[in-house]
Amino acid sequence: MSFATIDSATKQSAGTAITAEEIAEGLHEGHTASPDVARYALTLGDDALILAQRLGWWISRAPEMEEDIALGNIALDLLGHARFLLTYAGSADGRTEDDLAYFRTEEEFRSCRLVEQPNGDFAHTIARQLLFSQYAYLLYRELAGSADSVLGAIADKALKEVAYHRDHATQWTLRLGDGTEESHRRMQEAIEHVWPYLEELFTDEDLHDRLEGIAVRPSSLRAEFDAHVADVLAAATLEVPQVPQAMAYGGVRSGAASEHRGFILAEMQSLAVRHPGATW
Amino acid sequence: MAPLNAQAHPSDAADPDIATRPVDPAAGAVWDLLSAVHDPEIPVLTIADIGILRRVEVAADGHPVVTITPTYSGCPAMDTISQDIHTHLAAHGHPDAEVRTVLLPAWTTDWMTEDGRTKLEAYGIAPPTGRSAVHGSGSGPISLTLSVRCPNCGSTDTREMSHFGSTSCKALWVCQACAEPFDHFKVH
Repeated sequence: MSFATIDSATKQSAGTAITAEEIAEGLHEGHTASPDVARYALTLGDDALILAQRLGWWISRAPEMEEDIALGNIALDLLGHARFLLTYAGSADGRTEDDLAYFRTEEEFRSCRLVEQPNGDFAHTIARQLLFSQYAYLLYRELAGSADSVLGAIADKALKEVAYHRDHATQWTLRLGDGTEESHRRMQEAIEHVWPYLEELFTDEDLHDRLEGIAVRPSSLRAEFDAHVADVLAAATLEVPQVPQAMAYGGVRSGAASEHRGFILAEMQSLAVRHPGATW
Repeated sequence: MAPLNAQAHPSDAADPDIATRPVDPAAGAVWDLLSAVHDPEIPVLTIADIGILRRVEVAADGHPVVTITPTYSGCPAMDTISQDIHTHLAAHGHPDAEVRTVLLPAWTTDWMTEDGRTKLEAYGIAPPTGRSAVHGSGSGPISLTLSVRCPNCGSTDTREMSHFGSTSCKALWVCQACAEPFDHFKVH
């Protein structure tokens, strides 16, 4: 394990977390992310990290015990993706996954607004899962073929997991949408609530131009996304929302956060910030 | 301690991704030592049974290099497994063992040994049924799973209660014949 050799403010023990070098082992010894690749990995990693934090809240609060377990499992998978991606992003400038997760400010995160949305009721969480898991499934399926072997390996691993997440969200959407009058009403309302945050996921940036062949061009995923989600909504007797997109601030992934980000970070980071270097 | 070979699923004999006991005698000896390292969550299975153990090599200076792969990205048992390998090898003359983790090729239940499948079922966990679909589920809105045999009474009249179970690699099932709930090591 090579963690002990990394100069880190937060990891003082010779931890056994997977390092970027290990992720790349057998592919490119000593491979580190370029600044652009790191920026890209950071956006994907932040999405996974924030959604993991959001979903973890449901443990002990879900409608049934199986859902405590399901949402906890999904959160754990996402946390795994976040750890790989943040570790790789940090390899560009010698920071660890913990440095990036716990010691960045609200403005430095690059998570999308969709994953920052509050859990709401169970239908809101399922609606957010439906959209994010379908996006993540298409994204990782393409990213598995990335010219960057580390991103490709992470995506290949994540793909099989997000396929489960997508299936879970789809089954609940069908059940709630095509369930009782009340569950239908709340599921429809939930889909409309998260819908305005979609556009951000599919907007190309200069970064994607510079990473041609390495990053997935977000706009290229949109048609299949729309078709799949429309199918699920139709099967669930739900309407595709006709609501405007929340494209405030002009730019995407610029660090301009939803108003919710600061609160999630305050909770997620409090222990590490108060006790830097703590291990257990 | 019986030497352990990573026995392939019969139909997988030609799968190049299946890990096998190294030919090199020194590395082979380390591989055999690792048959005493079990999965902390499913203690009847060794790390070779599950397919977590990918490779054992001996570096030029003589220290063993053990390569493992996580079942799921967030699997919290990986740290424990890594420490268990260190501890076990240190107790058997290899204080300087190195443990590496790789992601590619992504782990699949297709790598689980026949021996592992038999032990799982005897332990009360239904082993993976069928083969993993390459690259996720199919194109339909809901993925389908082959029928799973109840590890308690042998009936195939079973149903899935939840995709997700007590660990990432398991799902919750229930038998309609004997009414017992059970874990299923899901195809992945």
